[in-house]
Amino acid sequence: MEETKNINNTEIIVEMKNVKKSFQNNHVLKDINFKLSKGENLVVLGKSGTGKSVLIKCIVKLIEVDSGELSVFNEDILQLKDKALNETRSKIGFLFQSGALYDSMTVRENLEFPIKRQSKILPEDEIENLVKEVLANVGLEDTIDKMPSELSGGMRKRISLARTLILKPELILYDEPTTGLDPITSKEISELILEVQKKYKTSSIIITHDIKCAKITANRIMVINDGCFIAEGTYDELKESEDEIVNSFFK
Amino acid sequence: MEKNSKRHEKRKNISVKPNENIFIKSLKDIFIEVALLTKFAGQFFKELFKPPSEFKEFLRQSYITGFRSLALVGITGFIMGLVLTIQSRPTMAEFGAESWIPGMVAVSIIREIGPVITALICAGKVGSGIGAELGSMKVTEQIDAMEVSGTNPFKYLVVTRVMATTLMIPVLVVFSDVISLYGSYVGVNLTGKVSFPLFFAKVFESLDFIDVIPAFIKCFFFGFIIGLIGCYKGYNASKGTEGVGQAANTAVVVASLLVFVIDMIAVQITSLFM
Repeated sequence: MEETKNINNTEIIVEMKNVKKSFQNNHVLKDINFKLSKGENLVVLGKSGTGKSVLIKCIVKLIEVDSGELSVFNEDILQLKDKALNETRSKIGFLFQSGALYDSMTVRENLEFPIKRQSKILPEDEIENLVKEVLANVGLEDTIDKMPSELSGGMRKRISLARTLILKPELILYDEPTTGLDPITSKEISELILEVQKKYKTSSIIITHDIKCAKITANRIMVINDGCFIAEGTYDELKESEDEIVNSFFK
Repeated sequence: MEKNSKRHEKRKNISVKPNENIFIKSLKDIFIEVALLTKFAGQFFKELFKPPSEFKEFLRQSYITGFRSLALVGITGFIMGLVLTIQSRPTMAEFGAESWIPGMVAVSIIREIGPVITALICAGKVGSGIGAELGSMKVTEQIDAMEVSGTNPFKYLVVTRVMATTLMIPVLVVFSDVISLYGSYVGVNLTGKVSFPLFFAKVFESLDFIDVIPAFIKCFFFGFIIGLIGCYKGYNASKGTEGVGQAANTAVVVASLLVFVIDMIAVQITSLFM
């Protein structure tokens, strides 16, 4: 709680106001309002199909919102285009639910891919060092020349996180980081998220329905249901909640 | 009885109305698809000259499209020339025109059969490959991952592939034509004896500028449409693995159909100059 208070005092890096998004008659986000402070790990907890993934895809403008305000790093992301949008995106890392590793490339090529496409061109040896550094940070140095198809689910998630980290993002968006993994690997990934927050001083939004992951990683939890946030607080605060939906996650 | 007749009438009305709607809906869907494809093609030309060039990826795609199709195109080309020669021999022999076989086969292959058959083979091999690859990248969020990492996925995935097919299909057609003519030479020599220089002297004697150049030019359009349709179907795939299969399948069907449409237009245009 104290930690949350401290984080709340720092600068805001993501802010959503009255954001709405519908797909034809399916109103996915009805009225979303929240702020993310610098250095904070915010967990968005909710059932499947409640609009969690749509929410973070709106932050990187993979999905355009219908209405509302959305600022990222104090910039109105809805107005950004091409180069300016790419510059803002380069400060954001996105860990996809499936890992989204490029199947036709080795782990090395997957990691080199984003960095070789940045405006700042780095020498080959520096890129090599960066690749080795991020692989060491996720504990998978020996997979450098493997193809994604040779990796397990947990390893794919780790490599995907390494690919995100290579650009040294200030904000990381995690889309269901522990889905489909066994409890031991899920715990390892959750601890890795926490490690990344400390080591890289990142802020994160973690989308999950895994309460154990939320317990390990969250500074603050927001519960989403039917396109709206219905509860907010720390893990301990929400655990005591009398709301039926919130309570169902802690059972 | 009257009740039954009324019911039948009612059913008839119900069955007619949805049929009309389905027809209109299908027509509407076709127009929407054409509009979206045109927009996609427009984006290709817009992105074509924008940096970065993605030359390395273009070379990789050219290798996949061109070099890896050589064997398939070569074998089918050889069989094409051989079969065409064997099949036309009896008819030509009836008229005592066996010496015309090399010329006839050359004109048929270079003008029409070579480009169209090669394009159809490539629509099946390359078009479906592109559709399936991009489709699977789309449904597994790899294209989204590219976009959020600051890469222009359209330039990297679509422009390079369409450029590769546009430039490699004509090369494959030339290769297929040469092998076909060699197949024809083998076919001629199965029953008779014609020397290699004489066979090719007859071939070149019967070919004109108007036979070669328009046929070569239309190959670029075949290549463009195969790449474009494959990319369009794959890039817009949805509905998980089912969508990937659908993208690969429709890429082949639509590209093959459009190869014939382009061929028909090319023949009409060529005939204006003959």
